Amino acid sequence: MKTRYTFGGDEHLFVEVDEEMSLDAFFKSLSMTRIIAERKIAGVTEICPANASFQVKFDPDIVSPQALLDEVKSIESLAEHSDPVIETRIIEIPVFYQDPWTHETLMRFRERHQDPKSSDLEYAARINGYDSVEAFIGAHSGSPWFVSMVGFVAGLPFMFQMVERERQIQVPKYLRPRTDTPKLTVGYGGCFSCIYSVRGAGGYQMFGITPMPIFDPDQKTSYLSDFMVFFRPGDIVKFRPIDRVEYDRTVEAVANNSFRPKIRDVSFDLRAFNADIRGYNAKLEGMINGG
Amino acid sequence: MAVKVINPGLLTSVQDLGRPGYFHLGIPTSGAMDSYAMRAANLLVGNDEGAAGLEAVFVGPKLEFTQDSVVAVTGAEMPVRIDGQEQPGWSAIPVKAGQTLSFDYLKSGARIYIAIAGGIDVPVALGSRSTYPIGALGGFKGRAIAAGDELPVGKARKAVNGASVPENLRRKSAMPVELRIVPGLYDHRVTKSSLDRFFDEEWKVAPEADRMGYRFKGGTPLEFVEREQPFGAGSDPSNIVDSCYPYGSVQVPGGTEPIILHRDAVSGGGYFMIGTVISADMDLIGQLQPNTPSRFRRVTMEDAMQARHEEAARLDKLRAHLG
Repeated sequence: MKTRYTFGGDEHLFVEVDEEMSLDAFFKSLSMTRIIAERKIAGVTEICPANASFQVKFDPDIVSPQALLDEVKSIESLAEHSDPVIETRIIEIPVFYQDPWTHETLMRFRERHQDPKSSDLEYAARINGYDSVEAFIGAHSGSPWFVSMVGFVAGLPFMFQMVERERQIQVPKYLRPRTDTPKLTVGYGGCFSCIYSVRGAGGYQMFGITPMPIFDPDQKTSYLSDFMVFFRPGDIVKFRPIDRVEYDRTVEAVANNSFRPKIRDVSFDLRAFNADIRGYNAKLEGMINGG
Repeated sequence: MAVKVINPGLLTSVQDLGRPGYFHLGIPTSGAMDSYAMRAANLLVGNDEGAAGLEAVFVGPKLEFTQDSVVAVTGAEMPVRIDGQEQPGWSAIPVKAGQTLSFDYLKSGARIYIAIAGGIDVPVALGSRSTYPIGALGGFKGRAIAAGDELPVGKARKAVNGASVPENLRRKSAMPVELRIVPGLYDHRVTKSSLDRFFDEEWKVAPEADRMGYRFKGGTPLEFVEREQPFGAGSDPSNIVDSCYPYGSVQVPGGTEPIILHRDAVSGGGYFMIGTVISADMDLIGQLQPNTPSRFRRVTMEDAMQARHEEAARLDKLRAHLG
């Protein structure tokens, strides 16, 4: 891992923690952004963590680019030497895999896909070496994910799975982006899963759909009444496969504002995680179900 | 009071100076593409610089006033009419109840800014009235204005008479337009000679140019430095592990056509960027029409700061003149 510092014009400091994606790079990026936020550096207006890099927006009339660069560089060693522990939350997201709506959409855009004869899930399962779509869904929903970036469009989470490199799922994006993706589609591109917060264009493979809104500009959804965007970088997500009956029931519960997402506060320790990934993830899952 | 939309024009939206602070959640800054013109229009009618007005691209709207008011139109050159009578641009124009504001064809530039005394009084969303259509956030019902809309207007703060922006304080771009770029971000991904050529060649604004970004065409494709693509970056040499996209950054998908990201851009993604347009030149981009000949000039951070101070000085002069 080699950190690279560069400026985005006169208003952005851009820091690439590593060229490649890894939990270690994400964690270091997140730790650095958290320390920068705590410092409340005069002139820093926005701090945006993103997977293996981050961006600091600043007003150069208040803090000079060089002074900011020096301070952020000094924070790097601090982040490296601090305990790799963050206080965050774990959230269960119900997913209706192989749903009719993303299926209808993927059929409409079949000519833009690498393998027009398969569904997105069949293709993803095959190129990742799974015997069946069910086994692939088992891998996607079996281990938790870090929200490693929120962005692209409003409230869309990029998620990186908390498993060893050899168990990471990798899927190319569509050959040409679709002009339509159903709202709340659970997608996949590169090494990231995502949830489309709004309907619109998209290039990620489509695996399913969640009944749980994650962006509500009108703030009518009960759990989005305080703030319209659900996810924060550093959230931990666990997908739970649901069927059509539970999907319909949840959509109804969301509509009458009786749905409450399953959320638990959690302290995440990267060293303990790296020492026993399967055991640590089992404990995280237990926390969701145990309460 | 309200303003009735008789005809919205091509694409007209409520904008102010933008919505900073939510980029880390994927919500772009939005706001006027030509912020200087927006500020000038507001100052002319006695508003705060950050009041909400209308931004219209290529074709002006037709609006009817329900009460006496004062309006100002700045930005692109597009003849202004009140009940058919031509009126000066960059000036405060008194309007009577029942009168109609309309426009002739665009003569130069791309976007006009319409300020109305009191400002457009749509609800504030995350600190701004700017429209972010992808998120259905802000503006008039989260979308561009449409025929039949009645736009609420706030209470005018003070009477204005005869204010006008002098010619030397109206910013216009030279031809070919020159946009200054601080190289950086992922410019190490392309060879030095191809980056030099990028800055030497003449480009043209492509038809795909909107509030999200401006695409340019006509130059030679960039040559990449060979590497094994890092884990998670995707297979194309122009791909990176998805990162933030700074406002004004210049990405070159596939190495072919550069795109400068602007006010409503996506906040991040997986295309490498070769640098960032300096803050002082971002307003110019909003006034470019497709096919405008364009050059990119490589500058240092010191140059960027110097240009920033010059722009701030121009704005101070405008404030002194209209204050």
